[in-house]
Amino acid sequence: MENCSYEKVGLNLEATELRLGLPGSADEHDEKLSSCSYSSSSSSSVVIRSKKRSSPEESIDDEEELKSNKRTMISHHNDDQDKNVPPSKAQVVVGWPPIRSYRKNNGVQQQQQEQKKKGEEVYVKVSMAGAPYLRKIDLNFYNTYQQLLLALENMFNCTFGEYSEREGYNGSEFAPTYEDKDGDWMLVGDVPWNMFISSCKRLRIVKGSEAKGLGCL
Amino acid sequence: MECCNKRRMMKESPESNFMNRRGSSCFPDEVLERVIGMLKSRKDRSSVSLVCKEWYNAERWSRRNVFIGNCYSVSPEILTRRFPNIRSVTLKGKPRFSDFNLVPANWGADIHFWLVVFAEKYPFLEELRLKRMTVSDESLKFLARSFPNFKAISLQNCDGFSTDGLAAIAADCKNLTELDIQENVIDDKNDNWLTCFPESFTSLEVLNFSILHNDVNFDALEKLVTRCKSLKTLKLNKSITLEQLQRLLFRAPQLCELGTGSFSQELTTQQYSELESAFSNCKNLNTLSGLWVVTPQYLPVLYPACANLTFLNFSYAPLDSDDIAKLLVHCANIRRLWVVDTIEDKGLEAVGTHCPLLEELRVFPADPFAEGDARGVTDSGFIAVSQGCRNLHYVLYFCRHMTNAAVATVVQNCPDFTHFRLCIMNPGQPDYRTSEPMDEAFGAVVKTCSKLQRLAISGLLTDLTFEYIGKYAKNLETLSVAFAGSSDWGMQCVLEGCPKLRKLEIRDCPFGNAALLSGLEKYESMRSLWMSDCKVTMNGCRLLAKEMPRLNVEVIKEDGSDDSQAERVYVYRSVAGPRRDAPPFVLTL
Repeated sequence: MENCSYEKVGLNLEATELRLGLPGSADEHDEKLSSCSYSSSSSSSVVIRSKKRSSPEESIDDEEELKSNKRTMISHHNDDQDKNVPPSKAQVVVGWPPIRSYRKNNGVQQQQQEQKKKGEEVYVKVSMAGAPYLRKIDLNFYNTYQQLLLALENMFNCTFGEYSEREGYNGSEFAPTYEDKDGDWMLVGDVPWNMFISSCKRLRIVKGSEAKGLGCL
Repeated sequence: MECCNKRRMMKESPESNFMNRRGSSCFPDEVLERVIGMLKSRKDRSSVSLVCKEWYNAERWSRRNVFIGNCYSVSPEILTRRFPNIRSVTLKGKPRFSDFNLVPANWGADIHFWLVVFAEKYPFLEELRLKRMTVSDESLKFLARSFPNFKAISLQNCDGFSTDGLAAIAADCKNLTELDIQENVIDDKNDNWLTCFPESFTSLEVLNFSILHNDVNFDALEKLVTRCKSLKTLKLNKSITLEQLQRLLFRAPQLCELGTGSFSQELTTQQYSELESAFSNCKNLNTLSGLWVVTPQYLPVLYPACANLTFLNFSYAPLDSDDIAKLLVHCANIRRLWVVDTIEDKGLEAVGTHCPLLEELRVFPADPFAEGDARGVTDSGFIAVSQGCRNLHYVLYFCRHMTNAAVATVVQNCPDFTHFRLCIMNPGQPDYRTSEPMDEAFGAVVKTCSKLQRLAISGLLTDLTFEYIGKYAKNLETLSVAFAGSSDWGMQCVLEGCPKLRKLEIRDCPFGNAALLSGLEKYESMRSLWMSDCKVTMNGCRLLAKEMPRLNVEVIKEDGSDDSQAERVYVYRSVAGPRRDAPPFVLTL
């Protein structure tokens, strides 16, 4: 695998040693990593790229990437690698994964975060008939009814069954209900998700038989 | 006909019309031009132009469309000199890695000077399609004023303009049929650009403004849609509500391609059924996109329209596996599907089950930077799709980890891949079951898929992957490489082994000058080479530039970096010589 043409080319190939100097970044990882060299003879080395880009729209991306806890681990092995090398201290890699700026800024995660921006944490009480104490959950933690109901099913060890507009949760052992702003008890699932979390004051898990009444309204 | 007269007057040799010269064509030029004029394929036209002088001339006079894959490979002067009668121009500018922030702003690829030359030489220009170019409002205004027959503008991944530019197009392009703005960096000034279409304007066939953030003037939009009876493609932005969508669909049941607004709103039963019937009236709908924010309970309104759908772009729609499964039951004719990985493997199983005609699949990550136990799609989803969709030939798949065995199974099920783009999001990630490099996965791809044209590789990869590529990928045209390889040998294998290679883009790989220079003879047959954060030095680049004067060897220099390193290198063939508009940070060697 050795490439002998290095000598023939007659270049100063020591200059190929890539040194990583991170200009002016406030990241504390810099010092540890700035002296890493990248050569094919080492058994493992770390490749970091976090140089800032100069364009305005891109710096927004970088800021967000550095601010939040998003990290990508990189390790670069050689043929006779040491498989036990642990992943290095994580560092943001510019332009990786290769997703276009537009998609990154308008993607699913972004949109959900945009919606959540208004209410950070919305804790509501959850009660269930027969349970000795109530629980609390953060509605903003979930993005869909499916996620919420799954969490409730796990928390209270019950099942809700299939929701349908006509029948509600008919046929299932339990049904989720909530108290809305007007003080009425509603069946969970009828209204759009966003509307639900903005109007839900508390949750209550009722027996399927009790919920039947709600479903017919 | 004017052009034919012009040409006859310019004819130098009178005998070319007759069969005097051995081997020359015996057709009069007009006939030759008419015949060659029927050729549509660029490759055919290229071949034809090489046959003899008559054919070269017939080809250049009859050519109406031109495609320029790298705007710096040719100059507007050279272009207009060779092809006098162009009606449609497609131009691509920045290197593709600019999509991922690897090219600084103000790098170039500005359309303006091209437009100035076109205004003089192609006054009858009708179509302009740009990708990764810088386009200013001034340029758009100039365009709108300068070409009276202008019909279609498509801007993809461009930057530098605002809704003011769109307003100018709307106001002044009287014959406009297409306004297609995709994934651009645009300054949305939240103004009423849509109102700039005059009342008398009715020719629009394609309207895509899905990337705009702000509200548009709905009244103006509705009136526009109502009077443009030939409207076939309408792609709305997030601000359009379901109720507004229903009204637009009511006006334009003839639509073939629809991008919805947000799919989330409180609807009354009445509104719901109106929306449902609006969709069932759209008998010609073959493409659906948009959705943005989704209330899953409303997805059933789409069902009546699903049977004829061939392209479903839900790449901005956060659906889960149940929602997508319920929808796909109705989508048996889907050929192209773009989704987010929120559908997970279970969703992909549904794809395999319900969409046997699928040819293209793209799975985008909802949360690319998530840590730990993030969900998404895995090897089992990939296999599930390949089992059900045997016609699959295009895949773009973002995942967190993969196995060699899974990829081998996938290509065994679908050996006709032409585009295989696998992105394992963790750089240097090995096979998660065996901890081995992913070499064998891509080895399987190139060995099995003989028609492979485009390949993007990822994961932990040694030189072996490149050996495989060089040995087997004989039809490969585009290769994207990141965080891969062990030595110069890898890149050499590819440069020496892939005869049809046109575009090679590499980042963060241990390829140095020896690798770069091994492709000396090769680069003139390629469109371009991109190498960033590899081991190439300025000296290596200078040597390349010296040996190959018909290549432009450009290095993008960053402040504060080592002077001897060439962190970002862009090499491309050009008949236009070095760039005249290079910014200070681009060094042409």
